[in-house]
Amino acid sequence: MTTRLQKKEIYFAWALILPSFLFIAFIVFYPTAFSFVLSLFQVDLTRRAQGTPFVGLQNYAEVLRSSYFWSSMGRTAYFTVVSIAIEMVLGFLVALLLNQKFWGRGILRSLLLLPWALPITVDAIMWKWIFNANYGALNAFLTQVGILPGYRPWLTQGWSAMHCVIIADVWKVTPLVALLLLAGLQTIPRELYEAALVDGAGRLTSLLKITVPLLLPTATVVLVLRTLDAFRVFDIVYVMTQGGPANATKVISFLAYQEAFKFLHFSKGAALSFVITMVVAIFAYFYTKSMRKQIEY
Amino acid sequence: MRKGVLFGRLIIAVFSILLALVILAPPLWLFISSIADLKELLAIPLRWIPKNPSFARYGGILFSQGPESEFRRIMGNSLYVALFVTIICVVLGSLSAYAFSRLRFPGKDKVLFVLLFSYMLPPIAFIIPLYQTFSGLRMLDTRGALILTYSAILTPFVIWMMRTYFDTIPRDLEDAAKIDGCTPLGTLLRVIFPLSLPGVVATLLFAFLMSWEEFFIALILTSTPQAKTIPVAIAEFSGRHSIDFGMMATGGILAALPPVFIAFVFQKYIVGGLLSGAVKG
Repeated sequence: MTTRLQKKEIYFAWALILPSFLFIAFIVFYPTAFSFVLSLFQVDLTRRAQGTPFVGLQNYAEVLRSSYFWSSMGRTAYFTVVSIAIEMVLGFLVALLLNQKFWGRGILRSLLLLPWALPITVDAIMWKWIFNANYGALNAFLTQVGILPGYRPWLTQGWSAMHCVIIADVWKVTPLVALLLLAGLQTIPRELYEAALVDGAGRLTSLLKITVPLLLPTATVVLVLRTLDAFRVFDIVYVMTQGGPANATKVISFLAYQEAFKFLHFSKGAALSFVITMVVAIFAYFYTKSMRKQIEY
Repeated sequence: MRKGVLFGRLIIAVFSILLALVILAPPLWLFISSIADLKELLAIPLRWIPKNPSFARYGGILFSQGPESEFRRIMGNSLYVALFVTIICVVLGSLSAYAFSRLRFPGKDKVLFVLLFSYMLPPIAFIIPLYQTFSGLRMLDTRGALILTYSAILTPFVIWMMRTYFDTIPRDLEDAAKIDGCTPLGTLLRVIFPLSLPGVVATLLFAFLMSWEEFFIALILTSTPQAKTIPVAIAEFSGRHSIDFGMMATGGILAALPPVFIAFVFQKYIVGGLLSGAVKG
């Protein structure tokens, strides 16, 4: 039994939500669904004469059977795992540092906002310029100090190109990770450490037995969030390497972009993007779950 | 014991300086590149401190009528888009957030979950049909298309953030306002909004920053200075065959100034927002 008052509240609530909801439905949900439909047909602007026949899951089969898809997935996984591992470890160390009391801590903490605030495309051109083969600051520095005998083409060698992209990402993201972990550190009550000290625990023991386990919930949220982001890395790769050299940095979202907007294979691009979406959806599911848990705290 | 303390302080000092250097050096080099002579930038061995630093490139972009003025127009686009997106998002988002925070209705959690999920969708999931739609509407390469798309993507995020802030305001205050004859919309504007101002400001800034730096969608939906935004122009700089590195650096610094300025001036709001929302990569 809903009373009139409750009914009124429900109507009012929907009146407030509906504008946003319809708007999002039109611009996000409808195209997403349509993207799936598109992936079941053959819409290919380079083969217009053949029309747009229904092909079922053929686009998916083609994508999943191809070697370029799997090697691109592999690169994306490598980028994701390596960059996040570095970001989490460095971020944790920086957070530990900033959790100490010392002169200049406030300034240092403000400085962490600089890489975060820099637009990602600016981060990418900045590092591309630093890694430049002929005039880059890194080459200049390493040769002037005497570590390298001559200049190196960092961004056009397969192995180093991927790591340059990772460095650009790590520089930008680690400060954010550090800020989030620092907030987590500051919620750990000081009494715990004092009690541990009384019980004769050393610094390392308190770190491993108190800090790490109590930071775990925050760290999980950060981890899932970063995975979500790193898996769809696009901007840095587009600006720094365009997927090159010889596809060495062609991550999955760059591959999908190329299929759809460079080669105009719309259906294949849609199929690819749907595969990416499914993977992201799995991460997103875990993220919303961990968010909910955090709220319960 | 004393020795231990001293040693600890030394370690902290060393790592703090190292951290500051690592953070500052790359942007500093970008800035130096923007004011140095091109000849000096291309010299081997490289000169680190320019002999005749000049802000001529900044002047060229900001005031000249030449080809550099194109970049000024593009900056204008970015500002225009980001401002409209912020306004639309905050209006739509705060209304919905109020409903999610204060009203009881069936299916509330599910709707919220669906909204949050839409925010997680990678743009690639919906960009192809969206491109076709805008193409059909002759809206490709317009600022309107960007404004619509960004607003739709950011609204769920704004709802989520605002809801979190609204939840922290005690209901008693609202009840008091209600008894005094305030309408629900009135309570939102006169009680909840002012009280959650830090949160509203943080959300506003995030919406602005995210549309300012968005690249992927702008890359696909825009193509000429009529609607292009800064990130796209920056990316183009790096793609040209004969790059003027000084100009590229200047563009980069100009693109970075507004967000960096916002981040430092509104530091408290931003950090607070980061922690409550744990958002933006």
